[in-house]
Amino acid sequence: MERSETMANKKTFSLKGILHFLNSRKVAPYVFVSPFIVSFLVLYLYPMIQAIVMSFQQVLPGQTTFIGTHNYQRILNPTFFQALGNTATYVFFTVIILVMIPIVLSVFLNSKSLYFKNFFRASLFIPALTSVIVAGIIFRMMFGESENSFVNELLGLVGMEPVQWRYGAGTGMFLMVLLASWRWIGVNILYFLAGLQNVSEELYEAADIDGASAWQKFLFVTMPALKPVIIFVATITIINGFRMFEESFVFWENSSPGNIGLTIVGYIYREGIQQNDMGFGAAIGVVLMLIIFVVSMLQLKFFGAFKKED
Amino acid sequence: MGKNNKKWVSILLTALFAVITVIALTPVVSLIVASMRPSSELMRQGLSFFFDPATLDLGNYLAVFSEEGASYWQWYMNSLIVSGGLIVLSLFFSSMVGYALAMYNFKGSRVIFLLVLFVLMVPFEILMLPLYQMMIGLSLVDTYFAVMLPLIVAPVAVFFFRQYCLGLPKELMESARIDGCTEYGIFFKIMAPLMGPSFAAMAILQGLTSWNNFLWPLLVLRSNEMFTLPVGLATLLTPYGNNYELLFSGSVLTIVPIVILFLFFQRFFISGLTVGGVKG
Repeated sequence: MERSETMANKKTFSLKGILHFLNSRKVAPYVFVSPFIVSFLVLYLYPMIQAIVMSFQQVLPGQTTFIGTHNYQRILNPTFFQALGNTATYVFFTVIILVMIPIVLSVFLNSKSLYFKNFFRASLFIPALTSVIVAGIIFRMMFGESENSFVNELLGLVGMEPVQWRYGAGTGMFLMVLLASWRWIGVNILYFLAGLQNVSEELYEAADIDGASAWQKFLFVTMPALKPVIIFVATITIINGFRMFEESFVFWENSSPGNIGLTIVGYIYREGIQQNDMGFGAAIGVVLMLIIFVVSMLQLKFFGAFKKED
Repeated sequence: MGKNNKKWVSILLTALFAVITVIALTPVVSLIVASMRPSSELMRQGLSFFFDPATLDLGNYLAVFSEEGASYWQWYMNSLIVSGGLIVLSLFFSSMVGYALAMYNFKGSRVIFLLVLFVLMVPFEILMLPLYQMMIGLSLVDTYFAVMLPLIVAPVAVFFFRQYCLGLPKELMESARIDGCTEYGIFFKIMAPLMGPSFAAMAILQGLTSWNNFLWPLLVLRSNEMFTLPVGLATLLTPYGNNYELLFSGSVLTIVPIVILFLFFQRFFISGLTVGGVKG
């Protein structure tokens, strides 16, 4: 009886001790960040190591064997290069479109001479609220093959032949780039608008005194001030471009004629999931990561993001 | 003269933006129109630019709200559960981490912050196969939890909360300590309420990300009853489907609530969806 009481006492004492320990200012921050540490270890570090290990294995249900660099050798095939080519083309066009158009539109949206600014800004943002799937459903319908579909009818009005949008490599790429551009322009406009708030009025006033034209002001005052935002937007567009999958899936469900819509991630999905060849899929993933890393670095170097002055 | 000129520039510019806006919103309007057209014709021919407005009807919506739409509402329910669950979990965990990184000076805080930035850069598609294997190993395939898992501690949200907390007064923590408040009490009772706007922005970011998420749910969800909206709608896209009524009206009903939320909470949508910008 007495014994159990002392034990209970001890327990409460140690519980208090634990609470006191957990509540100290030295320990509390570690408790706060523990969810990130756990998720980093379980959801990032482990899968990343596992992806690299798997890329050297043949993964079959209940049986994995190391096969050296065989998966990597297999990557060097025409289908992969086609996927890489498609993805690179997509990245190229989305970066150009999603940097240039939003810059121009945001400069106008920022000018005093535009009426209904907030309305326009909000309207251009609405496409960003749709999922790629829903947006793709709309685009498939508007760019239907028949001559009675929306866009083909408009082409007919100017005397052009109906286009088989989803069956040509060029038009297929056009659809994917258009879909992405439509969804992202509004978001990128907001980035540039935020950047424009940091351009000091004084610089424009000084340029006015020097007799600069509107174009010169844009080129020599606005653009340099927007440089960090341009770098940022270009970087996320490149990364998102290399990760592209859904824009292609929604048009062709991962089996496009002649692989015109096949992307690198689509190839991972096809080989790793559909063909259940996880080792090969993982190897493609590792190559994709290296490509993204190298391209991002080259792009940052191109923009001079590593120079001290920034 | 100069004043008049300026006015003309304004009018021209506004007209230009009106045209751009019409183009940008055409797909959304088309979808709404399409949802009121006979759907079998749509899938075969695409949406026609020319149609008789008198032929529009709500038949497709009747289909969604009839027995035919049962699986659609199941997907809707799943999307609501997954997005809602994710908002609660990820805001809870991410805000804690971001708060600690901003408010405490502790050993390793810099390393942890760098790790947050690092994982922000890692494309999910690279981790996807091992994570999928993990879900199979843990028998979590086809569960809500599996869909939510990769986003629960979102690095982007951690980053956002950290930046937000840097602007909060640390003196409040000190005075709360003197009043005998625990470190956790300080966070939950004093600091978290001050982080309101950042919670709103991240709720929208996480909610929308999850609402529109496709690739990961496509991998881990197997059965029709567990599908989220994008995965479910994508199954209707096949040329052999016979549920096109659901496809178009269902798509409209998927984006309408989001657009309504956007009109009311524009500010939070904008700060939530342009998170990366806080750095630049």
